[in-house]
Amino acid sequence: MADSKRILVLGATSAIAERWARLRAARDDRLLLVGRDPAKLAVVAADLQARGAAEVLTAESDLADTESAAERFAAYVERLGGLDTVLVAYGMLGDQATAQDDVERLEHGLRANFLSAAVWCELAAGRFEEAGAGTLVAISSVAGDRGRRSNYAYGAAKAGLSAYLEGLAHRFAGTPVTVVSVRPGFVDTPMTAHVPKGGPLWATPEQVAEDIERGIAKRRAVVYTPWFWWLIMLIIRNLPRPIFDRMKI
Amino acid sequence: MSGASARDDDGVLAWGRVHRGRHRVAAPVWPGELEEAARASAGEGGATLARGLGRSYGDSGLNLGGGLVDMTGLDRAIAFDRAAGVLRADAGMSLDAVLRLCVPAGWFLPVTPGTKFVTLGGAVANDVHGKNHHVAGSFGRHVRRLGLWRSDRGLVECGPDAEPELFAATVGGLGLTGIVLWVELALLRIGSAAMTVRNDRFEGLEDFFRLSDESADWPYTVAWVDTLATGENLGRGVFSRGRHAGHGPLTPHRAGGPAVPVDAPGFLLNRWTVGAFNRLYYTKPGSAFRGEQPYDPFFYPLDRLRHWNRLYGPRGFYQWQGVVPPATARDAVQVLLDRIARSGEASFLAVLKNFGDAASPGLLSFPMAGTTLALDFPNRGGRTLALLGDLDRVVAEAGGRLYPAKDGRLPAAEFRRGYPAWRDLEDRRDPMLLSSFWRRVSQDR
Repeated sequence: MADSKRILVLGATSAIAERWARLRAARDDRLLLVGRDPAKLAVVAADLQARGAAEVLTAESDLADTESAAERFAAYVERLGGLDTVLVAYGMLGDQATAQDDVERLEHGLRANFLSAAVWCELAAGRFEEAGAGTLVAISSVAGDRGRRSNYAYGAAKAGLSAYLEGLAHRFAGTPVTVVSVRPGFVDTPMTAHVPKGGPLWATPEQVAEDIERGIAKRRAVVYTPWFWWLIMLIIRNLPRPIFDRMKI
Repeated sequence: MSGASARDDDGVLAWGRVHRGRHRVAAPVWPGELEEAARASAGEGGATLARGLGRSYGDSGLNLGGGLVDMTGLDRAIAFDRAAGVLRADAGMSLDAVLRLCVPAGWFLPVTPGTKFVTLGGAVANDVHGKNHHVAGSFGRHVRRLGLWRSDRGLVECGPDAEPELFAATVGGLGLTGIVLWVELALLRIGSAAMTVRNDRFEGLEDFFRLSDESADWPYTVAWVDTLATGENLGRGVFSRGRHAGHGPLTPHRAGGPAVPVDAPGFLLNRWTVGAFNRLYYTKPGSAFRGEQPYDPFFYPLDRLRHWNRLYGPRGFYQWQGVVPPATARDAVQVLLDRIARSGEASFLAVLKNFGDAASPGLLSFPMAGTTLALDFPNRGGRTLALLGDLDRVVAEAGGRLYPAKDGRLPAAEFRRGYPAWRDLEDRRDPMLLSSFWRRVSQDR
């Protein structure tokens, strides 16, 4: 199919990435799924193939590790026979208390959620600049909008990623290259399995995937999902410090 | 944090919302997590039960005080042969998702119940039926293979030609013979997503039976009956027939539609409001509709109002479905409708259908040749239960039986009479699996 896209999914076993890839599989796209667990990758690949993807490839890789990232990235592009879209979706929520007690865990989280993600985004940007077209989508978080006592280790990494993506979007403004920074709020996924759920603030990964798809179609630089997090974070960012300091968030 | 660990949940509800309570719930998202999830939710020496989308009305999908394995995270396709029309998919995949996948490829569910929000595993465990029972039989007839996890054997495959006894016990086996991990289903070829539909009003039961007999060339038939009509209107209703249109776009249904956001007040559905609804429904132009309509409103009219079960208010409702054999059907259905009309209890949904004589593949499958009547009543305590007990007795005298997926109160003896093979299912039950329903009907007291 002429419209079939070549898509690289980094962190393809994450719930949001998987739901988004399902939307793309139904459109006859070609996908390369990258993740750590080959058994899970195979399960996702079979599903996407059954849903109508033109082709589904997999690659086992620890994406938080950036050793020879440029070569690895080039190999992915070669396997796909080119590149139209990249989704950077891996990450780890981590636990704030653990990050405070154990600097190795802190560093690992920063590497997974920011440092490595920035590297993959830059590699994708370089490729798209050369090709003169492409779409880079990365999952950041509303947690990056303001540092809060309950999860600033994670939030700081996501803040870094959000800023990086904002910079990339600025760099490519007015060109055919699209950069989308996705900022989900609470999403019911295995990453949040330990958090009590329910209530209107929680979204499903399917809803988030559809918001991502709409964001890409409209070439939005920033996508809050669900949309009302834009308003919530606008308020939280602008809370005067005396009030903010009294909040247990 | 893996999806295989268990947590307590006090809010697990059956669809009828009469039965509710605490469970230890594990929600695996990868096939490899299933065993750990089952054991974690069962607890030491305890029992668990696989749960899909929670559309069973009574206690057959609950395991109060015990474990539940939420299967809806296992919702992936495993293989889809678009040429042959065979789909193998995780048991947690919904029929909604199956349709989105298959309709664009020119395939349809071989059998579908009145909601698409059930899982493949649930469809197998209850051996569900649909408007095409008279030509296609029950869901289980179209299942080629099942992947099952048993606490005593691990992963097992079964089908009509592989471990057929285990297969027969599993189809309609209420989830007790093992946790269904995946289902391989033979699909139905369609040339269009549209249905050719013909609706006709009928005046009474004689007309219902005549229209049923005349409809051999319609693969889908069902009738709605006005249960509040008495006297000369007794048994009036709307007879609906359909078939897949020959050629047309293969566009799947769209998501969405309004939802009932909160519990309605308990008095919303009473004999006067339901009576007014029934009169409107009977006389509205759609009751004599002829033409084409999309498959979604034809098969799943209630799916358009999400959480419609909240309309019955905080006390919930009882659903009742029985089947009576052909020899006694005319008299028995007449008596049932008469009892309901005289009781003054209003059934909002009353569905009448003739089953065909295709043998159901399950040991405990509900469908059998005859006529089935499905009803639901707001829970008004003793009065409602007394009426349901009356209806049970009519079915028993007629040699019929009740549908466990809809039940939450049938006396154990009555269940055993309707399903003499229950002891064979008990023999094949996985010792780690149990439901509130099964505890109630199988354990001697």
